[in-house]
Amino acid sequence: MTGDHIVGVSVPRKEGRDKVTGRAQYVDDLTLPGMLFGATVRSQVPRSKIGKITFGPGIAWDEFIVVTARDIPGKNVIALIANDQPCLADGVVNHPEEPILLLAHSDRHLLPQAVAAVSIEYDQLPALFTVEQSETRSEVIWGSDNIFKSYLVEKGDVDGIWKKADYIVEGEYKTGAQEQLYIENNGMIASFDAQQGMTVWGSLQCPFYVHKALMALCNLTADKVRVVQMETGGAFGGKEEYPSMIAAHAALLAIKCGRPVKIIYDRLEDMAATTKRHPSRTRHRTALSKDGRILGGEIELTIDGGAYVTLSPVVLSRATIHAGGAYYWPNVRITAKAVATNAPPHGAFRGFGAPQSLFALERHMDRIAQVVGLSPVEIRKRNFLQPGQMTTTEQTVREPLDLVRLLDRALELSDYHAKKQRFAKENELGTSRKGIGIAAFLHGAGFTGSGERNLSSVVGVEGCADGTIKVLVSSTEFGQGTKTVLCQIAAETLGLPYENVEIAQADTDQVPNSGPTVASRTVMVVGKLVQSAALGIKQTLMGSGLLGDSYSAEQFRSACRTQVAAHGQFRSWARYEAPADVFWDDDKYRGEAYAAFAWAVYVAEATVDMTTYNVSVDDFLALQEVGKVLHPVLARGQIAGGVAQGIGYTLYEKVIWQNGRMQNGQMTNYIMPTSADLPVVRVFFEEMGNVHGAFGAKGIGELPMDGPAPAIVNAVEDALKVPFDSIPLLPEDVFEALLAKREPQSVGGVR
Amino acid sequence: MTESLSLEIRALHEVSLTVNGELKTVRAYPMERLLDVLRHQLGLTGAKEGCGEGECGSCSVLLNDALVNSCLVPVLQAKDADIVTIEGLAAGVQLDVLQEAFLKSGGAQCGICTPGMILAAHHLLRRKPNPTTEEIREGLSGNLCRCTGYIQIVEAVAEAARRRAAA
Amino acid sequence: MRSNPADYQLVAPASLQAVVSLLAAEPGAWLPIAGGTDVMVQYAAGKLPARKLVSIWNLPELRRIEVSPEEIRIGAGCTYTDLREHEVVQSEFSLLARAAAWTGGIANQNRGTLGGNIVNASPAADSLPALLVYDAELILISVRGERRVPYKDFHTGYKKTKLASDELVRAVCLARRFSGYLAYTRKVGARNAQAISKVCIAALGRRASGVVEDVRIALGSVAPVPLRLAETERLVTGKPVEPSLLVSAKRVAIAEIQPIDDIRSTARYRAAVAGNLVAEFLEKIGEN
Ligand SMILES: Cc1cc2nc3c(=O)[nH]c(=O)nc-3n(C[C@H](O)[C@H](O)[C@H](O)COP(=O)(O)OP(=O)(O)OC[C@H]3O[C@@H](n4cnc5c(N)ncnc54)[C@H](O)[C@@H]3O)c2cc1C
Ligand code: FES
Ligand code: FES
Repeated sequence: MTGDHIVGVSVPRKEGRDKVTGRAQYVDDLTLPGMLFGATVRSQVPRSKIGKITFGPGIAWDEFIVVTARDIPGKNVIALIANDQPCLADGVVNHPEEPILLLAHSDRHLLPQAVAAVSIEYDQLPALFTVEQSETRSEVIWGSDNIFKSYLVEKGDVDGIWKKADYIVEGEYKTGAQEQLYIENNGMIASFDAQQGMTVWGSLQCPFYVHKALMALCNLTADKVRVVQMETGGAFGGKEEYPSMIAAHAALLAIKCGRPVKIIYDRLEDMAATTKRHPSRTRHRTALSKDGRILGGEIELTIDGGAYVTLSPVVLSRATIHAGGAYYWPNVRITAKAVATNAPPHGAFRGFGAPQSLFALERHMDRIAQVVGLSPVEIRKRNFLQPGQMTTTEQTVREPLDLVRLLDRALELSDYHAKKQRFAKENELGTSRKGIGIAAFLHGAGFTGSGERNLSSVVGVEGCADGTIKVLVSSTEFGQGTKTVLCQIAAETLGLPYENVEIAQADTDQVPNSGPTVASRTVMVVGKLVQSAALGIKQTLMGSGLLGDSYSAEQFRSACRTQVAAHGQFRSWARYEAPADVFWDDDKYRGEAYAAFAWAVYVAEATVDMTTYNVSVDDFLALQEVGKVLHPVLARGQIAGGVAQGIGYTLYEKVIWQNGRMQNGQMTNYIMPTSADLPVVRVFFEEMGNVHGAFGAKGIGELPMDGPAPAIVNAVEDALKVPFDSIPLLPEDVFEALLAKREPQSVGGVR
Repeated sequence: MTESLSLEIRALHEVSLTVNGELKTVRAYPMERLLDVLRHQLGLTGAKEGCGEGECGSCSVLLNDALVNSCLVPVLQAKDADIVTIEGLAAGVQLDVLQEAFLKSGGAQCGICTPGMILAAHHLLRRKPNPTTEEIREGLSGNLCRCTGYIQIVEAVAEAARRRAAA
Repeated sequence: MRSNPADYQLVAPASLQAVVSLLAAEPGAWLPIAGGTDVMVQYAAGKLPARKLVSIWNLPELRRIEVSPEEIRIGAGCTYTDLREHEVVQSEFSLLARAAAWTGGIANQNRGTLGGNIVNASPAADSLPALLVYDAELILISVRGERRVPYKDFHTGYKKTKLASDELVRAVCLARRFSGYLAYTRKVGARNAQAISKVCIAALGRRASGVVEDVRIALGSVAPVPLRLAETERLVTGKPVEPSLLVSAKRVAIAEIQPIDDIRSTARYRAAVAGNLVAEFLEKIGEN
């Protein structure tokens, strides 16, 4: 056995060489013989009956393949949770950009004009565009009450606490939609053959989601649908559910024309039609004692789900469970709902509901601090969860958590106290104002509640004929380092060099269903299964006497070769089994919400330029406890990248809506930060260990999305002494708030 | 003159250009984008289309040593030009110092911005062999990366500059 | 890509003379394309009305910068990189060099040209306020010959210019008489790079015996065309820089502009920031 550790070391990324040489194959890089190109005709209106469809003049329509809802062999639905979203609108549309018709042609350049030449008569119905409009139920656009899903979490006796409170603090907080803006647009290729069935290759996160959707849509059995993930150029949740739609479209065209069909969205279409982060509104009402301890509170959380259910119930669930944050609530009532509007469905995006409810909470904590007369640091310290206490869902904290220490360390690393004083002094002068803000938070790793149990993921590890090892999972790589880390885990478990372990392409014909690549679950849940399956390989080889207690890599390879030569295919499987002590009640929303939580304290330093009202983040400190760090370079990259997206969410990225439609769906006017805008994010890890994950790892992918928004907005409040309760916070908003504060001065009189 | 010119509409042109050191001749409409010619006709899929409007830089290539967004270059304007794409950067199996630095420092996550980013960095280091952090950040500011927050990319470029200086 | 390349014609004559002859043969039929950073964006979006294009990219006659003792003559085909790197532009026309340095990213600067920025005539174009304060003159060329027009009279309205349908911008001339001025410029966009201006300012000023002796202030993105703030300039000239002057200058400046609400910003914000920028500039003169 090699003595060196592989886990904890920054080994080269498995697919890194292909990426830096341009050889990595993304879906648009793949061309199949005889392939046609597909395009989508979409609704121009938010909510309407569909009238006559006319194929306009000037287009050689006989050269085009046309698909409508009538061409669907199975069910006209994108199978997911509620199965309410059609693949192609049939008779009615419920949001702008809803797919109605599909076209294909061998010359991709002819498609845009053809799409434009299809004219559709609409008989428009009243539509709803905001949470508030949806709540009035002036129109019922979904179900009987416009509510996709609601949850109620109750702990203790909230109604009894108000009269005992020394302070009652209320606040309302809002977050906007956010576009994932992966740099690779969505795309799929489908190929169909009556014998072989359907194969799709695409940019996607969850091969088995697509698999399930195609079975229902095409009326095919599981063995007749194959989904292959190509190299995926960023996803962030944005390629969790929508790829099923695009795969479905490509599949329908491929069935109709008998040739492979490629659909690649351009940026405009990707921004207009695919999912975004759910906009949210959170109301807090909190009872506190004189010394600033939370006695209890009510949290009312509403997210805008768009026109169909899609993943909203799951996003809402995570938002709900994270709403109480890293604090101890003796009494709490959380009422949460996802409502329908006539916008394209909102969907998965890194953080998955938690950034929304944690923004509200961490802003609210600063507001509480002011009311109670404590510092933002002290109010948090007095209320942090401690080992043995129970979260809002009554999950007992069993790990040796010490949030006070984590916070103190973050303050020390960021030089918080000295800076806070210095800024206060310097802000008297000059044309800029500086402030510093903190956010303390948690992020649950793995599926919520009974999710992992229901998924029942399977992982395989194969000993190959040449003696090397291959990891078989449907978990996908889209930048986070899945391939690398899972190979590290297998190599470490087997005591082999990293180079001896490879990972199979995520191809549903070749790999078992290890669940979707979401929810920060890959390293913790799937990694643990890889570890078990790898152990199975080792045990078999040892059991059959081919391998001794200690062995060299060469001895292992030789044993493996012998095993395969003698018995053929050599695979070991591991299936997820929920730990016995994990209890979750889906009705009461009570119990062990997550197998593990990652904890963090972020500190942001911001400057407001009083000439332009621009806010810049000058320094960002991200300290987190994520269990064992398996690959320091990748882990740091995940945190830094997540914080960058968080900064974008807070200060730059605004989706401008008009009647349910994005108005700024181009990179020139949907503003993500460039290299000239972002600070160096200083990333630190504390390691506490975690019994549930492989080698003590927890999830880290989503955590860094949660903290930046509240930390930065808290810093801006510190700088300006004006509270801001919604994001994105653009210079225009800063200006208006300053103006309001100094009324009655006229416009331009602020400075 | 007018007559003969309008006949050229819908006519394919022969355009010669040197790509990664090799002379190539393609038949293309003159307004075809260099990006599409590279990807579809020459099979060089390293340049990517992230936006098609000059904002993201994932289609970056070098045209006569200048970094350009190939999505905004009609192929006729690349006639007789010298083009370098990501595929032309490594010498055989030997990676360029920049490519190695990106690998080591975590400069490539999903990898979709990487070819353009590396070419932008290459262009920068040619002009400024010892760039400051500010200069690196400016030099890469036309190349959007959604994964990394740029930190490890900037580190990779600084590292490559150091290694080139030491070589 | 939302256009079909087969529907478009593009020719690349080898000389400036050949291009102007082509333009003269069919006035209005041919759209010049230089670096293509505006034209190709429209084309990709399926929004380019012209079907026949003539390339003027890299024509040697358009890509020269000539310096004489009295003026600098910048070929319209010079790129932003050419401008940034030119010594005289850097030292004597820093407003233009700075504008060039923040026009898109490096790839954009290697292709985008000054002529393109002028003829595209966007209210948000970054180099145009500098041209206003430097009293730039344009040399226009056609088969009919050359004419020289002040830039301030050339740009007549939102995306409108006085360019005749058979003409090209050949060069931009700047008199070398501004080295003694304090130069101030800022671009306010949604991010630090790759941003379209919400407001931009280019200004020159000089103080003598405690008062503002001469100022020239131009703003972009606050009206259909880039504006010189004539009233504001008049107000402050001959006065000492004092807080009361800043307040009145701000007020007058805001009254001179006509900002709008659009997808990038609001009229109120633009007005306030424009006023602040003018005040900041005057403060700098005061400190000078
Ligand atoms: C990503 C990106 C970022 C950008 N950022 C900025 C920015 O920050 N600030 C800014 O101001 N602009 C910006 N632009 C716009 C653009 O780069 C500039 O306007 C540039 O100067 C256009 O020059 P060009 O040579 O590329 O013009 P082209 O696209 O070739 O032409 C533009 C117009 O000018 C005409 N034209 C060009 N040259 C001549 C000539 N010599 N005589 C007559 N007509 C001519 C063309 O016919 C066309 O109508 C950006 C563009 C992109 C794609
Ligand atoms: S695709 Fe060319 S810049 Fe984005
Ligand atoms: S690595 Fe994914 S966009 Fe840069």
